Amino acid sequence: MRLTRRYHFAASHRLNTDALSPQENARLYGKCNNPYGHGHDYLLDITVEGTPDASGQIVNREALDWIVQAQVLERVDHRNLNVDVPALAGCVATTENLAFAVESMLHERWTLPARLARVRISETARNTFELETK
Amino acid sequence: MLLTRKAEFSASHVCANPALSLEENRVLYGVNANPGGHGHNFVLEVTIEGDPDPVTGMVFDLRELKEIINHEVVDPMDHRSLNCEVAPFTAATGNVVPTTENLAIEIWKRLQPRIQSPHARLHNIRLFETADLYVDYRGEAF
Repeated sequence: MRLTRRYHFAASHRLNTDALSPQENARLYGKCNNPYGHGHDYLLDITVEGTPDASGQIVNREALDWIVQAQVLERVDHRNLNVDVPALAGCVATTENLAFAVESMLHERWTLPARLARVRISETARNTFELETK
Repeated sequence: MLLTRKAEFSASHVCANPALSLEENRVLYGVNANPGGHGHNFVLEVTIEGDPDPVTGMVFDLRELKEIINHEVVDPMDHRSLNCEVAPFTAATGNVVPTTENLAIEIWKRLQPRIQSPHARLHNIRLFETADLYVDYRGEAF
């Protein structure tokens, strides 16, 4: 059985890689390469998988919320993903890379009996990125 | 091929084990243990897996599916207290705690025997407690 909980955060970013020239970055990332950055209201869906315990829950909601709050939201909400988030250091701040960073931030302190099964991030209502975790 | 039908029902519940104290229940269930109860606009998504019937072109008759969902879930649960009026959550029927997980399992048990055809079977129950929390259940045995 899986349980999915939705969280919200707002962050800014700029897509740019040092591996390419300014012209190539501008061509590749378009508006997302704007040197001053831009931001989104991200939706973060965390899915856990497990068996209901004696309480009839596969995860304690407050325990899950606490881990997501401490490990992820406090680090990304109202932050600049390019400069404020160590887990993204050296990476382009795409939402693909952010999903991997969220997975690793959660695994750092994952003490819940249910398994982290999926990280899904919507950058806008039109763009969603989904990572099935191991 | 997957086919999904959506339904809504509003119900109240208290998530608390009567064998435990209020404090112990609050540790397990947070504000969901408040004794007076609270309610949700539950949203149910019933997904059926199958192949289109060669004659009708349908995986499952949607009108029949709507009637099954109404009869098994919406009619007995909409505008009801799960703890006081709906089995197996009442004191007389087992006092199962009506968490969203247990409610999804109960809905699966009610629908699965009714959704039988040579071409289709129940695949997934997705139950939203709120827009920010849902569970998926596929009939796993526990």
